[in-house]
Amino acid sequence: MTETLAFGRTPLLTHNYMHYCPGCTHGVAHRLVAEVIDEMGIQDRTVGVSPVGCAVLAYNYIDVDFLEAAHGRAPAAATGLRRTLPPDRYVFAYQGDGDLASIGMAEIVHAANRGEKLTIIFVNNAIYGMTGGQMAPTTLPGMKTTTSPSGRDAEQTGHPIRVCELLDTLVAPKFIARGSLSSPKNVLKAKKLLRQAFELQHTGFTFVELLSTCPTGWGLSPNDSLAWLDRNMLPFFPTKVFREPGAMPEHAADYHPDLRVRDAK
Amino acid sequence: MPSQKQLMKGAEAIAEAAIRAGCRHFFGYPITPQNEIPEYMSKRMPEVGGVYLQAESEVAAVNMIFGGAASGARVLTSSSSPGLSLMSEGASYLVGAELPAVIVNIMRGGPGLGDIAPSQSDWLMMTKGWGHGDKHYISLCPATVQEAVDMMSLAFELAEKYRNPVVLMGDGLLGQMMEPVVFPELSEASPDHPWAARGKPNSRPRVIVRSLYLDPAELEHHVDHLYEKFGQMEREEARAETWMCDDEPPVLVCAFGTVARIAKTAIGKLRAEGLRVGLWRPMTAWPFPVDSLMKAASTSDRVLSIEMNKGQLVDDLRAVLGHDKPIGFWGRSGGVVPTVDEMMSAIRAEFANA
Repeated sequence: MTETLAFGRTPLLTHNYMHYCPGCTHGVAHRLVAEVIDEMGIQDRTVGVSPVGCAVLAYNYIDVDFLEAAHGRAPAAATGLRRTLPPDRYVFAYQGDGDLASIGMAEIVHAANRGEKLTIIFVNNAIYGMTGGQMAPTTLPGMKTTTSPSGRDAEQTGHPIRVCELLDTLVAPKFIARGSLSSPKNVLKAKKLLRQAFELQHTGFTFVELLSTCPTGWGLSPNDSLAWLDRNMLPFFPTKVFREPGAMPEHAADYHPDLRVRDAK
Repeated sequence: MPSQKQLMKGAEAIAEAAIRAGCRHFFGYPITPQNEIPEYMSKRMPEVGGVYLQAESEVAAVNMIFGGAASGARVLTSSSSPGLSLMSEGASYLVGAELPAVIVNIMRGGPGLGDIAPSQSDWLMMTKGWGHGDKHYISLCPATVQEAVDMMSLAFELAEKYRNPVVLMGDGLLGQMMEPVVFPELSEASPDHPWAARGKPNSRPRVIVRSLYLDPAELEHHVDHLYEKFGQMEREEARAETWMCDDEPPVLVCAFGTVARIAKTAIGKLRAEGLRVGLWRPMTAWPFPVDSLMKAASTSDRVLSIEMNKGQLVDDLRAVLGHDKPIGFWGRSGGVVPTVDEMMSAIRAEFANA
């Protein structure tokens, strides 16, 4: 009998010991990003931007040049890289929900609106993980966190922000999609979305949200977390491709991209 | 070949000087009184194959130069006092990540929204309190448009030499006044630095640009390294001008930026009246030109600080000259520009105190 390797280490993941909690899907998301970069053969042309939050150390694990940005500012820092690097480079930013949808909301909306040629990977686990499980802008109504001990009161603190839907109101983005990391089948689908985003990056702004688990913050076992994600997050955050290349947001059906001011001086 | 002498507004001259110094990427957000810089850049950058990008805020602008600097490019942003407050976090990150960048601060009256008139209200912010953590920035204080032009080249050189942000501190007067200037030749700067994140070829280990060091011992080591650089800056980069001090005048006026210029006129007139008074002008707010001040003040009986603020330079003077030397202050704040006449009165009063 000969042994064949059925499952190996992703070449672009470093040998560094990952700091993520057991059952956390950041490791899966990192792996998918590393696989896409490896399979596209663009390691030598890729620069990543890591956020503030659990993924702050993403640069320790994905074997490409990296910049560690300030909290919420990854899209602005990635813009700086994008606008100064040669056009054949790939720039991606990897952000969590507190980083992207709370403190960094201005930066993500404007990077998307400018059509920055970036891929933004948005890991949404509906909670602040790094700081110990506080309420996030994507926390679900009724969901208990350390700062919503009786469950999120939507009357007082608002409803979860649906970032894909929000960005899909803008004209410029080329690709907006939401996937999930809750099952092997969904992981494979998510990888396809990431691959699509990277392949479209040089045409404009590309965005992939990945519904993720936080077993520690949620107070659940890794397995229960996966089931909880499917049961609770999917009704709020439907997984689909919101924007395909060439498509326009529904409300902008009458907006022609070549439309210009009529009375230009 | 340097350019022919041409008449130019300060803010536009600063912008052109940055381009001459090899800067091809400008990120900024509008704020008065420095809007001529981004406006000039938006027109001029495309002409030289550069990039002008209007950021959504000063917070975004400073993080764009953070990203641009990480790729090795010479990057610039400009703003005015309230905008600099917003940029303070990003400035701290630039220091921590050892990235070179140049930031222009055309100061206006504060605190709060203050006004849009010329001021020198950010001396303390730029020298002591800009951003969190153990850090310093070289801050250059030009007094004329030509000096601002010359200091832009210097700013980019120093930023890259030390891999640390450098600030050019001007005020609304400097930005708005028109003066004849000569520019250096247009130059280009290579972004291919060993520390730049540009995509990892197989020939080198990857680059990680970061200010995060979770292990306290590692962070202390990093900060020690930064302070070796700051020590070198203090030894080598302090600059000052001493003027009309050859006859050891009993009264030494200390002033920086455009105020020093008004002071020169006042001092010239007082000299014509027979009053012996000299001027000491720091050209770097940090590193503070300690040796030059000690020498200039050694033969004077009294020192008078004249500023367009409430006396922010005085603490630095006191720290160098001690409490035995009488140090007076006169100034206007809130964006009020001192006149030559009232400055002469203030200096005369100092003689009366002697």
